[in-house]
Amino acid sequence: MSHIRIKGARLLDPSTGLDEVQDLDIEDGKIVKKGRDLSGSADEWVEADGKWLVPGLIDIHTHLREPGFEYKEDIASGARSAVQGGYTTVCCMANTDPVNDSPAITEFIYRRAKETALARVHVIAAATQGLRGEIMSEIAGLAGAGAVAFSDDGEVIMDAGVMRRVLEYASGVGRPVIAHCEDLNLRGPGVVHEGAHATCCGLAGSPAEAETIMVARDLELARLTGAHLHIAHVSAGRSVELIRDAKAAGVRVTAEVTPHHLYLTDEAIRGYNTHTKMAPPLRTAQDRELLWEGLIDGTLDCVATDHAPHADYEKDVEFDSAPFGIVGLETALPVVLSAVHAERISALQAIMRMSTTPAKILGLPGGTLDLGAPADLALIDPNTVWKVQARGLASRSKNSPFLDHEFQGRTVETYVGGQRVYKLEEA
Amino acid sequence: MSSFDTETDRGEKASRVSERPATRVVMDAAAIERATTRLAHEIVERNPGLAELALVAIISGGVPIADRLAQELKRIDGPKVFSGALDVTLYRDDVMGHGRRPIPQPTRMPFLVGGRRVVLVEDVVFTGRTVRAALDAVLDFGRPESIQVATLVDRGHRELPIRVDFVGKNVPTSRDERVELQVNGPEDWRVVVV
Amino acid sequence: MKHLLGIETLSREEIERILETTQAMLEISQREVKRVPTLRGRTIINLFLEPSTRTRVSFEIAAKRLSADAINVSASGSSLSKAETLTDMAKNLVAMNADLLVVRDRTAGVPQMLAERVRAPVVNAGDGTHEHPTQALLDAFTIRQALGSLDGRRIAIVGDIAHSRVARSDIYAFTKLGAEVRVAGPPTMIPKGIEMMGVKPCHSMPEALDGADVVVMLRIQRERLAGALFPSVREYAATFGLGFQSLRYAKPNAIVLHPGPVNRGVEIAAEVADAEPSRILDQVTNGVAVRMAVLYLLTGNHS
Repeated sequence: MSHIRIKGARLLDPSTGLDEVQDLDIEDGKIVKKGRDLSGSADEWVEADGKWLVPGLIDIHTHLREPGFEYKEDIASGARSAVQGGYTTVCCMANTDPVNDSPAITEFIYRRAKETALARVHVIAAATQGLRGEIMSEIAGLAGAGAVAFSDDGEVIMDAGVMRRVLEYASGVGRPVIAHCEDLNLRGPGVVHEGAHATCCGLAGSPAEAETIMVARDLELARLTGAHLHIAHVSAGRSVELIRDAKAAGVRVTAEVTPHHLYLTDEAIRGYNTHTKMAPPLRTAQDRELLWEGLIDGTLDCVATDHAPHADYEKDVEFDSAPFGIVGLETALPVVLSAVHAERISALQAIMRMSTTPAKILGLPGGTLDLGAPADLALIDPNTVWKVQARGLASRSKNSPFLDHEFQGRTVETYVGGQRVYKLEEA
Repeated sequence: MSSFDTETDRGEKASRVSERPATRVVMDAAAIERATTRLAHEIVERNPGLAELALVAIISGGVPIADRLAQELKRIDGPKVFSGALDVTLYRDDVMGHGRRPIPQPTRMPFLVGGRRVVLVEDVVFTGRTVRAALDAVLDFGRPESIQVATLVDRGHRELPIRVDFVGKNVPTSRDERVELQVNGPEDWRVVVV
Repeated sequence: MKHLLGIETLSREEIERILETTQAMLEISQREVKRVPTLRGRTIINLFLEPSTRTRVSFEIAAKRLSADAINVSASGSSLSKAETLTDMAKNLVAMNADLLVVRDRTAGVPQMLAERVRAPVVNAGDGTHEHPTQALLDAFTIRQALGSLDGRRIAIVGDIAHSRVARSDIYAFTKLGAEVRVAGPPTMIPKGIEMMGVKPCHSMPEALDGADVVVMLRIQRERLAGALFPSVREYAATFGLGFQSLRYAKPNAIVLHPGPVNRGVEIAAEVADAEPSRILDQVTNGVAVRMAVLYLLTGNHS
C-alpha cells in the first residue's frame, strides 16, 4: 500500500485537542505519523498549504434509499455525496423498501456498501416491524448482523408502552434507540411550523410542542429504563432545555441537530419552496438561537444531516403534497463553517460536533487523528467561496434549500482508509 | 408616440410642456371661444330641430369642448341637448400593446342612442384611430340615425379613412409634434403645439 | 404586476388601480350590450381544481364581457385523475396558447407554483387557506361604493379566520387601504401570529363589532369543522352568528358583507342576509366587474 504524506496542514483533532500546522503520514490505510516537517520518503505528497486536515465527518442520520428507492439515491450515490461533503462514515435509516427490519436486509446493505460505496456505511435498523410502531423487530438478530442503533425515524412510535419495551430491549444488546420526536396527533395536517409565516402562507402548522411533548415523554422513558436514548434532529428551543435538564439529572440521552435547523428559520417557507419542507419543520429565529446554545454547551452532542433525497418530480408539486425532507451531506460542513467564520464556535468544536461525538454516540471507529487510527480524513479549505448548484451535487437528488446559496469553505479532498476517494476539481 | 398617450396622460404632459420653451400657442382662450361658437352654429345649421341631437364627448379631451358646445347650443336654440361622455379605451386598436395598460373611465350615456343624431366631440383629431374606436363604442349603445364628428383642432395625418364634419381650426403639423388642449381652469385654456 | 397571486404583495397604488378600472367595468356590465371587444381572440383558461360555481361563473362572465374565449377546466373532467402533475397540466394548457390562467385549488401556494413554471399570467381564484385576492378586491370595492373610502373605517371579520383565504386577503386589502381591522371567532379559529398581519383578534361579538362600519361574516364549513373547532352549529350560531341583536353593537348604518354561499341561520340570520344592511348581492355584481378589471390589466402581459 502506498505511503501518502500530507504536508503543512492545520491538524484539528477534537479527540486530543490538537490544533497545529503539521505533516501527517498515511500508510496501510492508517495514520502512522504526525509532526512538523516529517522527513523520509513517501510515494505521494499532498501540499495542504494550511488547509484543515480533520478526522472524516461522521453522519449518524442519513437516508440512502437503497433498497427500493434507488431513483432517489442508492448506496453508491449517497456515499459519493458523503465523501464530497467531507463525510467518511454515514449511518443509514431503515425506511427503505423493504423496510430494514430483518438481518437479511441489514446484511444486504452492508454487502452493497462494501461493493459500491466510497464511504463507510453503518446500518440503523427498524425498531419495530415494518416501522409500524407495534411489534419490535428482531433487535438482537439485527445487532448481530451489524445494526449500530435502532430507529423508526419518521414513523414515530406513538405508543409509549412499545417505546418503553424497545428502549429496554435495545439496551440489552448495548444499542441506542434513536427517536424522531413528533406527536403525530398534535402535528395533525401540519406541514410547517405553526406561527405567523404559516398563517400568512395559509399552510397548516405544527406547533413546537408536537416535538417537545414527545421529547419529554421519551426522556421520561429513558429515565425509567436506563437505556440510551438518542434524540434525532432537535428543532425546538424548548427541547434543548428539556434535554439539558435530563442530562443534569443523569438520564442517558444524547441528541443531534441538523444543519438546516441551525441555519434557516420558518421564514424560508415564504414562496412555497418545497425544499424548505421537512419534519420537524424549520422553526423561529429564537428556536435557532437556542439550538446554537445547545450545540455550543454540549446539550446537543452532534450535528447530523437527516440527508433525505427525493426526486425532482416528487418535490415539484403542491407544498402540501410534497414529501418531507432535504439532502444535506454536501452542505452540512459549509453551514457549520459559517458559524466558525462568525466566531460563534471554534474550528475544533465544529469538527468535534461533526466527527468525534457522533462516533462516540454510536460507538463507531473514527473521529480522531490518533496514530494507528484508520486514515479517514477530510481536507478542508475553510475560505474558498462557492455557490451550491444542482449539477455540482453528487447526490442523485437535488432537493436542497441551499441551491444558489453562497458558502465560504468546503471539503477539497476526502480519504477513507487511506484511499483518496474525493478531490475537488478546480473550477 | 401613439395618439393614445396624448389623450390619456394629459395632466402629466401639460406640466411637462410648461417647462419647455419649445411650445407654440396656436389657439388662445379667445380663439377657442370663437371657434366653438362657430362650431355650435354649424352644428345647428346641419341639424335643424335639435331635439334628436346628442353631444357625446370622447373622454377625456373632448369633455370641455362638448361642455362648451352644449352651452352654446342652448344659447342659440333653446332646448337642452342630450350629453354623454364616451370612454373608448377598451375599443382602441392599441390597447393590448405593450407597456402599462391604461385605466378606462366609466362611460356616461344617459339617453337612448337609437334613432338619435350623435355628434362625437373631440379636442384634437390626428390619425383617426380614436374616432374609429368611438364609432364602434357608440354603436354598442344602439343604432343612431347618424354620427357626425366635431373637433376643435384637426392636425391631419390620417391613418384611417375618417372624415371630420366640423373643424374649429386646421393646424398643420409634422408627425412628431404634439398638439394639446391645455385646460387650467374655466375660460383659461389654450391649444399648443409641442 | 404580471400575476395576481395575492393581496399581500400588492401596493396600495396597485389596488387603487384595479379598483378604478373596476368602476369602468361596472358601467359596461350595466349596458344592454354587455360586451367590449378588448380581449377579442384572447384565450383565458379557468382551471378550477376545487369545485366552485360562483367564482368560476363570475370569471367566465368577466372574460366573455371582454370578448375573450373562456375555457373551463374542472377537477373531475381533468386529467389530474390520471396522475398527471398539476404543473404538466398547466404547461400543456398554456402550450395551447392560453393568454391567462385563472387557478382555483385546494392547496395553498398552487397559483404561485404555476406562475413560476408557466409562461402565462396567473390569477389566483382561491388557493387553500391562503388567499382569494379577487374576493378581497370586490369586498373593498363594495365598501367604497357604500362608504366612499376605507380610510379610518373600522371593519370586523367574523368566522373561521384560521381556515379562511377570504379573511387573509381581506385583511391585507382593508389594512392597505387604511381601515382598522378586527377579526373574531372562538380561539380555535384564530390562527397564531394573526397580530403580525396588523389586526386585532377578538373573542366576542360585542368586542369585535364595537363601532364597526363594516361587518364581514365568513362562511362556516359545518361539515368540516363542527366537533373539531367548535362543539355544535347551534352554539356557534348563538355566540358568533350575526343577527339584528348582535348587529346593534356596530354603527347604526353599518353594512354587512358575506363572500357566499350563505348558511342562513348559522353564521348569519336570514333576516340580516336579506335586509337593508346586507350588500351581499352588490358583492356578486361587483365581483364580475373586479374580475373584468383584473383580466383586462393582466391578459397578455408576458414579460
